[in-house]
Amino acid sequence: MELNAKIPSGPIEQRWTKHRFEMKLVSPANKRKYTVIVIGTGLAGASAAATMAELGYNVRVYTYNDSARRAHSIAAQGGINAAKNYQNDGDSVYRLFYDTVKGGDFRSRESNVYRLAELSVNIIDQCVAQGVPFAREYSGLLDNRSFGGAQVSRTFYARGQTGQQLLLGCYQALQKEVAGGNAKVFTRHELLDVVVVDGVARGVVLRDMVSGRIFSDAADAVVLATGGYSNVFFLSTNAKGCNVTATWRAHRRGAGFANPCFTQIHPTCIPPSGEYQSKLTLMSESLRNDGRIWVPKRAGDTRAPGDIPEDERDYYLERLYPAFGNLSPRDISSRRAKEMVDRGHGVGPLRNGVYLDFKDAIARLGREKIRERYGNLFAMYEKITGEDPYEVPMRIYPAPHYTMGGLWVDYNLQTTIPGLFAAGEANFSDHGANRLGASALMQGLADGYFILPLTIGDWLARVKPGANTTDHPAFRDAEREAKARVDALLAVGGKTSVDTFHMRLGRIMWDKCGMSRNAAGLKEALDQVRQLREEFWRDVRVLGSGDTLNQSLEKAGRVADFLEFAELMCYDALARDESCGAHYREEHTTEDGEAKRNDEKFAFVSVWEFRGVGEEPILHKEPLTFEYVPLSTRSYK
Amino acid sequence: MEFTLHVWRQSGPAAPGRFETLSVKDISEHMSFLEMLDLVNERLIAEGKEPIAFDHDCREGICGTCGLMINGVPHGPLGLTTACQLHMRHLKGAKEIWVEPWRARAFPVIKDLVVDRSALDRIIQAGGYISVRTGSAPEANSIPVKKIDADMAMDAAICIGCGACVAACPNGSAMLFTAAKVSHLGLLPQGQPERFDRVLSMVEAHDREGFGNCTNHGACQNACPKGISVDFIARLNRDLVKAALTYKPYEITAV
Ligand SMILES: Cc1cc2nc3c(=O)[nH]c(=O)nc-3n(C[C@H](O)[C@H](O)[C@H](O)COP(=O)(O)OP(=O)(O)OC[C@H]3O[C@@H](n4cnc5c(N)ncnc54)[C@H](O)[C@@H]3O)c2cc1C
Ligand code: FES
Repeated sequence: MELNAKIPSGPIEQRWTKHRFEMKLVSPANKRKYTVIVIGTGLAGASAAATMAELGYNVRVYTYNDSARRAHSIAAQGGINAAKNYQNDGDSVYRLFYDTVKGGDFRSRESNVYRLAELSVNIIDQCVAQGVPFAREYSGLLDNRSFGGAQVSRTFYARGQTGQQLLLGCYQALQKEVAGGNAKVFTRHELLDVVVVDGVARGVVLRDMVSGRIFSDAADAVVLATGGYSNVFFLSTNAKGCNVTATWRAHRRGAGFANPCFTQIHPTCIPPSGEYQSKLTLMSESLRNDGRIWVPKRAGDTRAPGDIPEDERDYYLERLYPAFGNLSPRDISSRRAKEMVDRGHGVGPLRNGVYLDFKDAIARLGREKIRERYGNLFAMYEKITGEDPYEVPMRIYPAPHYTMGGLWVDYNLQTTIPGLFAAGEANFSDHGANRLGASALMQGLADGYFILPLTIGDWLARVKPGANTTDHPAFRDAEREAKARVDALLAVGGKTSVDTFHMRLGRIMWDKCGMSRNAAGLKEALDQVRQLREEFWRDVRVLGSGDTLNQSLEKAGRVADFLEFAELMCYDALARDESCGAHYREEHTTEDGEAKRNDEKFAFVSVWEFRGVGEEPILHKEPLTFEYVPLSTRSYK
Repeated sequence: MEFTLHVWRQSGPAAPGRFETLSVKDISEHMSFLEMLDLVNERLIAEGKEPIAFDHDCREGICGTCGLMINGVPHGPLGLTTACQLHMRHLKGAKEIWVEPWRARAFPVIKDLVVDRSALDRIIQAGGYISVRTGSAPEANSIPVKKIDADMAMDAAICIGCGACVAACPNGSAMLFTAAKVSHLGLLPQGQPERFDRVLSMVEAHDREGFGNCTNHGACQNACPKGISVDFIARLNRDLVKAALTYKPYEITAV
């Protein structure tokens, strides 16, 4: 597997400009002769599809959702970063670049991150022009807030619904192209495979989820914008449909998968309330601005929070990180919460949370002020738990939230399969080993609005338009395989439901490849995942038929892929014998329990090559160099 | 909790549907409504019966995918809540629970509780956007927007497109949905150039899709999980009248 990142040379500020000049162009009259398939209508997919259609390409879009307006991106609450420096607080493209490289714990590519920071300002312009109703000040100008521990206020937001408003902006732009005839959107369609002939992506195999029809579609380029794989843990903050199928299938066909073990755990989610729990709800990180996190000092203390006197409480983040306190970064806050619960200090009926207490803030600022700041979040919390956070402290616990790993892409966002591109959370992207708050939305839109439409043009200019058709026998083969798999799932006729398998997989991954990992645990996980996969294919029960809407069948296909993918995650976590960012190996910690990086041995992107299900994959390395942001150790003490 | 669940089963768009009655036991009041359905499905699967099909994705009230008539009320009894956010404790004491799909001419049933809402996408295609080419946008702060207008635009923009308004309306009208988009864009300076074209063509698309007329029942506002106000329908009507009476499409004024 050849890993040529195609990073332009020259000073970092000029690389993207230079690259844009060097890329080939497709003439306006020829654009309509080219077809691009886009899978996914989240921020990345919808913005790419709308922009490419507007440029004149023929775009066909597929999504498993029932409308392009509903992708998982819609759930993002907090906001989107941009280096506008509207607050005059010292922000700049360079500072956003610097923060992102450092926040990613030096496991991302400098050139890509710089480009991201550079494009961030264009994103805000574009979204405002589309009518995204960002929060404003009385002057009529845009408002900002600080987010995720950043020292500048560079986050743009639309109440607690930033993802929704940004997605509706892309969705509407895409619907305009549908009306104009350049784009076609097929909803309730699921990708089952990618078709590769002579090493080049030629199209995809899909299932119409309503009729059950399995068919293929060919194009001159294929984009996967299918999001992340946090649902490998079963319980996560992701939408229920989020899955790894598209990227995993591409990986099986030859696309390198990068850093699969880099998964982010968000510190402030509502803890599970029982075995039946189906997903976890994120409470915005902004709550940590005024809430104080604590647990009872004595393990096993079951008194009500109000009955525990001040001096018997442990405000552990304030104690351990006096400088950052309750605002310590995501990975650190998550890990410490887990540690408290593991040591028996957990609170709530299942002893599976820590307190986030607003008592002091309410005393200092008054109830009204708190309601103004967090009213909707408090209401949401009460709806879910039945407890009133104005009276009793909230209970929170970390949950899987975002996956930094994904398909390896070069500077053009092209995977190791020519003609196959990956955008948004689906690629291994710009976040290294840890993503900063409010930067996923930024990355998805930078990829979709500003990068892909140009880099795909460069690819298309080199290929003959319309050369790929579904007449090629490779399409028949891929369809046949996809059908055989559906039939096999229906034919097992076992006794155990798909969800049961998914929950069991989630348990293994959370315990052994979750917030903290060690070699022995990861080896056990590899065995357990293999066993579970075998059991799945022996004992899963999928009722109904393949030729109608069949939600159990859809889930079964996704879980079958997670069961293959999980092994890769464990291999990656095992091979990365260091701690960095969200990847915390218990063997590699500093004396006071922080992650200890090993730059000498591990300053590279791990890129995996598939060899077969159950076979050990091959590790390739893309070395990382840091010319602009000097390697340093993060410290939040 | 323990209750009798009457749930609509329909194997396909053309098949006749019927209520299936299930007796449901051992339900925790902390479960969400959809988790209750998950559990019922697990039990059906264990008995070798096909599970109930229902739509959902985010399970936190923002994607608009879930949509169920619960005891005759869209999204259930709580108010300002989607079905996925409704918890069983809010149905405490209920002996019978009836679950149905959205019923409206423009929303054909696909299976069980799943309906086809693509008509809403086609209303947006008719003009629910601001035409701005990627890359051609002016610097964001060069278009100041009064805070009150921006806030009001946001009040309309928070629509999640779930279709509860249509299901609640005796006429099966999607006017609240349409008005929310017309108002969101029409309240902003960026939305002015296309404002009157937009309202004319979106309302035309609305009618073409088979949604009924708005006769000011106001049931939509009560059913809306995001609390979108019927005042936006009044706003749409004002724009519609203005457009019909005074607005000349570009082709005519250019003569
Ligand atoms: C609760 C929550 C809050 C968040 N808040 C923030 C925030 O404040 N700021 C921030 O920057 N980031 C935030 N994030 C992260 C951010 O929302 C996501 O990373 C980002 O939206 C991903 O966008 P995407 O376009 O890559 O993918 P997605 O939005 O996940 O879209 C994936 C698309 O692919 C389709 N798809 C997937 N698989 C298939 C398949 N096999 N076949 C067909 N279609 C398929 C789906 O239908 C969907 O259309 C948050 C995430 C969560 C979970
Ligand atoms: S599932 Fe998303 S709103 Fe209910």
